[in-house]
Amino acid sequence: MRDVAVIGVGLTKFGELWDRSFRQLIAEAGSKAILDAGIEGKDIDAMYIGSMSSGRFIDQEHVGALVAEVSGFSHLHIPATRVEGACASGGLAIREGYLSIASGMHDVVVIGGIEKMNDVGGTAATETLATAADQEWEAFFGATFPGIYAMIATRHMHEYGTTREELAQVAVKNHANGALNPYAQYQSPISLESVLKATMVAYPLGLMDCSPVSDGAASIVLCAVDKAKKFTDKLVRIVASGQASDTLALHARRDICTLDATVHASRMAYKQAKITPKDVDFAEVHDCFTIAEICAVEDLGFMEKGQGGKAVQQGITTLNGSLPVNTSGGLKAKGHPVGATGVAQVVEATLQLRGDAGKRQVADAKRGLTHNVGGSGATCVVHILEAM
Amino acid sequence: MKEGVARFWREIPQRYNFIGNVCSSCDRVFFPPREACPYCRRKSMGKMKETKLSGRGEVVTYTVIHVGPEDFEEQVPYPIAIIQLVEGPRITGQIVDCEPDDVRIGMKVESTFRKIQQDGHTGAIYYGYKFKKAK
Repeated sequence: MRDVAVIGVGLTKFGELWDRSFRQLIAEAGSKAILDAGIEGKDIDAMYIGSMSSGRFIDQEHVGALVAEVSGFSHLHIPATRVEGACASGGLAIREGYLSIASGMHDVVVIGGIEKMNDVGGTAATETLATAADQEWEAFFGATFPGIYAMIATRHMHEYGTTREELAQVAVKNHANGALNPYAQYQSPISLESVLKATMVAYPLGLMDCSPVSDGAASIVLCAVDKAKKFTDKLVRIVASGQASDTLALHARRDICTLDATVHASRMAYKQAKITPKDVDFAEVHDCFTIAEICAVEDLGFMEKGQGGKAVQQGITTLNGSLPVNTSGGLKAKGHPVGATGVAQVVEATLQLRGDAGKRQVADAKRGLTHNVGGSGATCVVHILEAM
Repeated sequence: MKEGVARFWREIPQRYNFIGNVCSSCDRVFFPPREACPYCRRKSMGKMKETKLSGRGEVVTYTVIHVGPEDFEEQVPYPIAIIQLVEGPRITGQIVDCEPDDVRIGMKVESTFRKIQQDGHTGAIYYGYKFKKAK
């Protein structure tokens, strides 16, 4: 296998972007990444695009070729493939690109992640997100997507004594980080009280425990390390890529409080990188709901099972803690345009490892982990990146 | 999300009558029925036998939905739970005939046959199981 590096990154602002279209957003993120990498269209061997549900959000499928077209590459006939794994679509697209270079098939690959969610109403957006759950055996009976994560939270509180305050603290921390990120949907700090007093969505999760409905796009350029020198010297190496699956329905899993897909994807990645969780300097994890970050820090092996709530309460995962988590603001504050999320996580990790993360820079960041989940844990993709 | 009539009709044995299946190789019970046992895999092919489940079990975890999908908007707030059935499988369903705040982990429940959704005011009515506190 060949070594693979991230050589360019691009991001749009995340948020309710009423004046921007799907096509404009992905073209903006892609062109930023391509300029950052110092490559041109003729250098690109393939494109992989992560999008969860362009069909339901903008009534347009076939967005692999569309993204190549709006990027100005239709006349180059670059192979362009859309990859889907619900909210993990972006992470999966990166893994496909990574594998295609590691295998020796390609040298330079552009990855895009995009979702334009606000062109449909709130109800339609919620129902589209619920298609990441089991439609026949969860959603049919009235379970919503927040409701499924809420059931993880209720059980976590029951088994481990996790509190609503600990859940809320995840939102407070991630909004504090988002306030330092000019691309974030929400750039103002929030109080613990405001999270606890927010409208209930699905007990025990209130509105401020949930990531927002967002528009946005992210892009990275991947290149074989031995071919990268002619383009740039800003290389961040992908040292591992792990992926795992599990049942779509939460009720069918081994344990309600553990995302086994996260456990397996991360163990696969740690093994490939020949490291342990202790060797990770910072992580971008999939906090679609506050409980999801608590489970993630446990299932990735950073904390003992049941101690995820304590991690945030004790400040371990804050920006200046021993393991900063979601320095970008996470899905919670940065926003969660689902297909873009997995790519945006790698953008943040790359900026941190280059020392380009501005006010939210983690001191001495040498190794970062990204964790992208589809559904309530049926798909998980983990990447580990290192400064070169 | 509306299901086509045929799509609903195919699931009637499970949703109306709790028909699951059992692997004759390891005796594990599945609901909904699976084409193959994930533990025995090829040994189980062609040896999965239908079985009717009791609909009795206990609450493993729950939530109370305050913001519901369009078809359930009139019911909020309503509790949804994961039920551990006595035969082994876990399933998701609504808890009814009690106050939403009365649901607890460990609560014993039994299934009850109810209307789940309807396609508009004149469309097909979809029935299925919900759960209530066991007598």
